[in-house]
Amino acid sequence: MSLIKGETGDWEMVIGLEVHAQVISNAKLFSGASTAFGGEPNTQVSLVDAAFPGMLPVINRHCVEQAVKSGLGINAEINLVSVFDRKNYFYADLPAGYQISQYTRPIVGKGKLVIDLPDGSAREIGITRLHLEQDAGKSLHDQHPSQTYVDLNRAGVALMEIVSEPDLRSAEEAGAYLKKLRSILRYLGTCDGNMEEGSLRCDCNVSVRKPGGALGTRCEIKNVNSIRFVMQAIEHEARRQVAVIEEGGAIKQETRLFDSGRGVTRPMRSKEEAHDYRYFPDPDLLPLELDRTWVEEVRRGLPELPDAKKARFVAQYKLSPYEAGVLADEQASADYFETAAKGRDAKLACNWVMGDLFGALNKLGLDIVRSPVKAGQLGGLIDLIADNTISGRIAKDVFQEMLASGKSAAAIVEEKGLRQVTDRGAIEQAIDAILAKEPEKIAEYRAGKDKLLGYFVGQVMKATGGKANPGLVNQLLKKKLAG
Amino acid sequence: MSALTELGLAEARDGLRAKTFSARELAEAHIAAVEAARPLNAFLCETPEKARAMAAESDARLARGAARPLEGLPLAIKDLFCTENVPTTAGSRILEGFTPPYESTVTAHLWRDGAVMLGKANLDEFAMGSANVTSAFGPVENPWRRRGDNRPLVPGGSSGGSAAAVAARAALGATGTDTGGSIRQPASFCGIVGLKPTYGRCSRWGTVAFASSLDQAGPMTRSVKDAAIMLQSMAGYDPKDSTSAAVPVPDFEAALSGDIRGLKIGIPREYRIDGMPQEIEAVWQRGIDWLKDAGAVPVEVSLKLTKYALPAYYIIAPAEASSNLARYDGVRFGLRVPGESLDEMYEGTRAEGFGAEVRRRILIGTYVLSAGYYDAYYLKAQRVRALIARDFDEAFKSCDVLLTPTAPSAAFAIGEKSDDPIAMYLNDVFTVGVSLAGLPAISVPAGLSGDGLPLGLQLIGRAFDEETVLRAGTAIERAADFTAEPSFIAGRA
Repeated sequence: MSLIKGETGDWEMVIGLEVHAQVISNAKLFSGASTAFGGEPNTQVSLVDAAFPGMLPVINRHCVEQAVKSGLGINAEINLVSVFDRKNYFYADLPAGYQISQYTRPIVGKGKLVIDLPDGSAREIGITRLHLEQDAGKSLHDQHPSQTYVDLNRAGVALMEIVSEPDLRSAEEAGAYLKKLRSILRYLGTCDGNMEEGSLRCDCNVSVRKPGGALGTRCEIKNVNSIRFVMQAIEHEARRQVAVIEEGGAIKQETRLFDSGRGVTRPMRSKEEAHDYRYFPDPDLLPLELDRTWVEEVRRGLPELPDAKKARFVAQYKLSPYEAGVLADEQASADYFETAAKGRDAKLACNWVMGDLFGALNKLGLDIVRSPVKAGQLGGLIDLIADNTISGRIAKDVFQEMLASGKSAAAIVEEKGLRQVTDRGAIEQAIDAILAKEPEKIAEYRAGKDKLLGYFVGQVMKATGGKANPGLVNQLLKKKLAG
Repeated sequence: MSALTELGLAEARDGLRAKTFSARELAEAHIAAVEAARPLNAFLCETPEKARAMAAESDARLARGAARPLEGLPLAIKDLFCTENVPTTAGSRILEGFTPPYESTVTAHLWRDGAVMLGKANLDEFAMGSANVTSAFGPVENPWRRRGDNRPLVPGGSSGGSAAAVAARAALGATGTDTGGSIRQPASFCGIVGLKPTYGRCSRWGTVAFASSLDQAGPMTRSVKDAAIMLQSMAGYDPKDSTSAAVPVPDFEAALSGDIRGLKIGIPREYRIDGMPQEIEAVWQRGIDWLKDAGAVPVEVSLKLTKYALPAYYIIAPAEASSNLARYDGVRFGLRVPGESLDEMYEGTRAEGFGAEVRRRILIGTYVLSAGYYDAYYLKAQRVRALIARDFDEAFKSCDVLLTPTAPSAAFAIGEKSDDPIAMYLNDVFTVGVSLAGLPAISVPAGLSGDGLPLGLQLIGRAFDEETVLRAGTAIERAADFTAEPSFIAGRA
């Protein structure tokens, strides 16, 4: 928990998040139209999406399964009966004049997830509900000087609205919550979590209070589209509220927008929020009834989720909680690690994945699934280190070569003759040649300048093109220098 | 040729199969009748070329012995059903010029089975009305007149154009839709048969929505048998309508024996409302006697919440309508009145596009769903609705079918009641309960009022038991032997 220091003492933030996660599905929630991102405007619109007279919604079974999976992934109750409601308001990109959503009876009830904080601690955050709803279309205000264009490609796309309890106490916790939620949804394959494309959006409810005191009045910051912005928006909003209260003012419950350019929140025009949505059950849709055995079937089909995987990595591979957490954050990283570590020194595999590999991918701007070095290939490199074919030092060069060429470590070592020299005689020969040229340094060493050992090792390594086994070089040098 | 238009749908079907006349001849006779019926304003759009093309196809099929169930039978389609490449207005300015690129499931079924399309029938705007006086394209005239009185009468509504067209012999049958009585009441006013099936029996896909939880398509014909034949094609599960029922469609024509010996006929005592005209009371009693004579057993039953049906209906239906009609915003189709801002465009479009009754219901519906009023109105009405359905369930424990009047009066004059929405809503007093409970019901002509206007009796069945309704309807039809004709018959000089 991080407190805000105000003029009148410490203040505590109380934060709840509403996340809109686009469901991974080929078709929309109530129509067969495609959901692919980036289509030409109005090319992915059915008559249902455009709300033509007499058109009726039919629920997409796959989207229901995705919502149930997501609910199970956040340890939530699945409601076997849920109801779709109409949320009524007029806007040009809302063709029917209502959004089909779930109001009083969502498909998923109370759940929870555990957030991991940078100091290594973890906290459980409550989730109030998850419900299914339609996305609206998009109004394009910049296509014509006086008119607005409407693109309905997104209209009717399935969203999951996931509402947290007001359990978060800092911007950092909010960030950790979003990361964990995104990680779980990605593991489940129910949302790609891509915030730039808008498939994950966040509304933040923020209030401040004296620690442990009564809840303050909250403001809602709408539609923030990156984790970094969420954290900035919350931080700014909480400080703003503290300033207002300490100056003797009162917080007005309102909806605000985050201006990411200036890093501040500002109130939405009151007209934009003055809605009475007149929710009522959509008479075109019957209550959604789920079969308990089907839900259990879905549960059995769930993959291992990040928390379980992290715990297993710590137990099975003896990784630190931090390492296990980083690797388990994304399914692809975890899978990569496990493939590279299989039957090998897991700690070494972990160091290679989190060090050289992540560094290289970061530099190349590549996702782990598109890594030029596949997990099996990295494993091959680790094998060569383990059986002393190459040194760790040479391995770094081999790895760079693998990145560039995509060849296997063994092939590169063979091709370039990088096999480590472990032949005692050959190493002794190299040592003798170096020592013969350095009588003064030998004398200095023998006089107590131990540090010179490093110098001799370097010379020997240089003379062997780095291929001499460093352990052996050390051992033999010490013996010879000792006289 | 006029004789062809005076056949029943079943007789015409038999005549075509026997090659007594051709589909082309039958279509031409009806095309002429539709033209002759123009003074009634029953059609918003005539489709003679389409009718001729469909009839030609029918003749080809009849010639090679491949006739479909409705082969060559000319029908009128209420202009609430979207018809591909044929303008569809829902009786509203706001949809003027709208031509759907799709065909409603119900009409697609009719064409699949060989029916011939004569045109689109006039209706109350968005099916909101009980007299067909709210149509943006003018009222429909009932082909009947009071004895000794030449004032034009309403055909009832909202399926007034359909009812008038069928009564005037301008179509063998017509589709209607019924939300609170919109098939049954105009059938009663025009002396024809109107069948509202169980909610979910016919798909709502492609039918302009008024109140989704109540809207149901059904046939309007000149005999019970014709209704059974049409319903056979219209009905059926449709995966595109989540509220359509995945239940088998029985052979309705096989249910027309009229043998009702031992059938228990429930007579709901609460339907004897205050101020009910004596002649309605009388025709109801006659109906009870007819069924008794045919071997049925009348039993008195109670539908305790009857008096709450009308108020509940006039909360639920407008609530759904206020939301269903939000899509008419000038953005994507239909009328657009440009404005300086989006709100101005909405206001201009909807003010100019919707008539007074539609505006009234949107306002009522918006009100009852508003924060602070939802629980007191909408939620309470839904509870009442559930209790009304339970009332019917209880009643059906002691009877097989219910008999009631269809409407509390015969047709009235155009202009009467028009300035009093409550008086107009009272037309639905016997029909809305059935709609709220989602049950099947038929209106069958049972006799004439003192001034010579048709009066209908309503038979109400258990959910998905249209067969019993048809069977009892046949018994009423036989006993009533309703042969009176309207003063206007298309094609007769």
